[in-house]
Amino acid sequence: MTSSAEKSSVIDVSGLSKTYDGATKVLEDISFQVSKGEIFVVIGPSGVGKTTLLRLIDLLDVPSTGSLVINGVDTTRLNTKERLQVRRKQGMVFQSTLLFDDTVYANVVYGLKIREVPKDQIGVKVTKALKVVGLEEIEGRHAKTLSGGETQRIAIARVLAYEPELLLLDELTANLDPSNTAKIEKVVKDVRSIYGTTILVATHNMFQAKRIADHVAVLFNGRFIEVGDPQTIFEHPTNPLTKAFINGELIY
Amino acid sequence: MSSILDGFLEALSLLFSFNPEIYQIMFMSLYVSGLATLLAAVIGVPLGAYIAMKKFRGREFLRNVTYTMMGLPSVVAGLIIFLLLSRSGPLGMLGLLYTPFAIILAQFLLALPVIAGISISAVSSVPNEIRDAAFSLGADNWQCTVAILKESKMGLITGIITGFSTCLSEVGAAMMVGGNIRFDTRVLSTATVLQAEQGAWGVALALGMILLILVFVINYPLLRLQKKHLKLMKKAVRIE
Repeated sequence: MTSSAEKSSVIDVSGLSKTYDGATKVLEDISFQVSKGEIFVVIGPSGVGKTTLLRLIDLLDVPSTGSLVINGVDTTRLNTKERLQVRRKQGMVFQSTLLFDDTVYANVVYGLKIREVPKDQIGVKVTKALKVVGLEEIEGRHAKTLSGGETQRIAIARVLAYEPELLLLDELTANLDPSNTAKIEKVVKDVRSIYGTTILVATHNMFQAKRIADHVAVLFNGRFIEVGDPQTIFEHPTNPLTKAFINGELIY
Repeated sequence: MSSILDGFLEALSLLFSFNPEIYQIMFMSLYVSGLATLLAAVIGVPLGAYIAMKKFRGREFLRNVTYTMMGLPSVVAGLIIFLLLSRSGPLGMLGLLYTPFAIILAQFLLALPVIAGISISAVSSVPNEIRDAAFSLGADNWQCTVAILKESKMGLITGIITGFSTCLSEVGAAMMVGGNIRFDTRVLSTATVLQAEQGAWGVALALGMILLILVFVINYPLLRLQKKHLKLMKKAVRIE
């Protein structure tokens, strides 16, 4: 059973843990909620479990313990077919994005084709998604000819085309210059305002978190050490590790 | 050097003389090798993809067996099919020995590990990120498999073309189970051996060249595709 407060959340995570090979604990007792239309940023240094958390929420991996409720559905009790139904309402853009070895159009249309979206709607949705990421001119180009920034924006458009309720973004500006980073951050904000999408971002870039987040969670060694609004987290951190991370003094 | 040139000129003259026997041999070669490759591709590509993608008991053993069988000598393949189809063999009652079908079976046995082995490498080389992306975009298992196969298409095509070239150029198996019967089971490779044994070097060389020309014509579309692919890769490297 889920409470009415949980039902209003798009993501409701409680006591989530992930252990690999029965020994390596990557995530431990993670609990948080993300409301509809919110940009929630998980921040922390590299290797603390951010990608694992996003993979669990995207149902690409299975948690060891805890509950993961997405749009009111407890995903830990679903069979393969039911997990697919939940996954089809969301999408993830990975840190090391690889587009399919095909044109930009073929990449963006992929999610629509596998959902058997009627042909007369496909063109409109693809154009809209490409317009949101500012790359409507290049749909005929081959994916291998794109720059790093363009690749990430097309990866976002590829997910946006089928208008997911939840968008998961994993370190998508990690390898980009400041100009491309700014473009991507604008795209993230536009996606929220145009589609009303709930967005969960994982990043090690605290300035980015400040610029785009409604709520921030600081992840360290597989645990959330602080959760709150950006102003509180960055200006009045209560946890010494958060302070050290913000001040660039965190050595671990 | 002059005998090679003579052979080349004789090859051209044989081709343009429209000698019906030469054309019959050419078409027989294409027919048996084409059918053997088609059968081997239908089984070999899914088999290779399965070994590359699925985790199951005995997977490593099966992969090693496939790679080992890629070096199967054509006479050994011929011998296996000969023993199966000979009158005292388990399929002897079918009377298939010394027919084109026997050559197809032997060449299938040669091409199957080649196509499956190259398919294993091609599919294994697709990065995990492609699989993750397909799943994340909402693909089910089958749609994800199709996406991975599409990514490895260059390798899969290379495997099929290599399998076809193996069939077209092998001689031991075709000779052993086909018998090199004129107007029946004679193919380009066995005809070349026959002409060489009879001392007709020019004709033998000409037949060998026709064989090479056929392989080239069949490989050409693949070369074009690879060139296009390499151009894109170079562009991608420049952008990085």
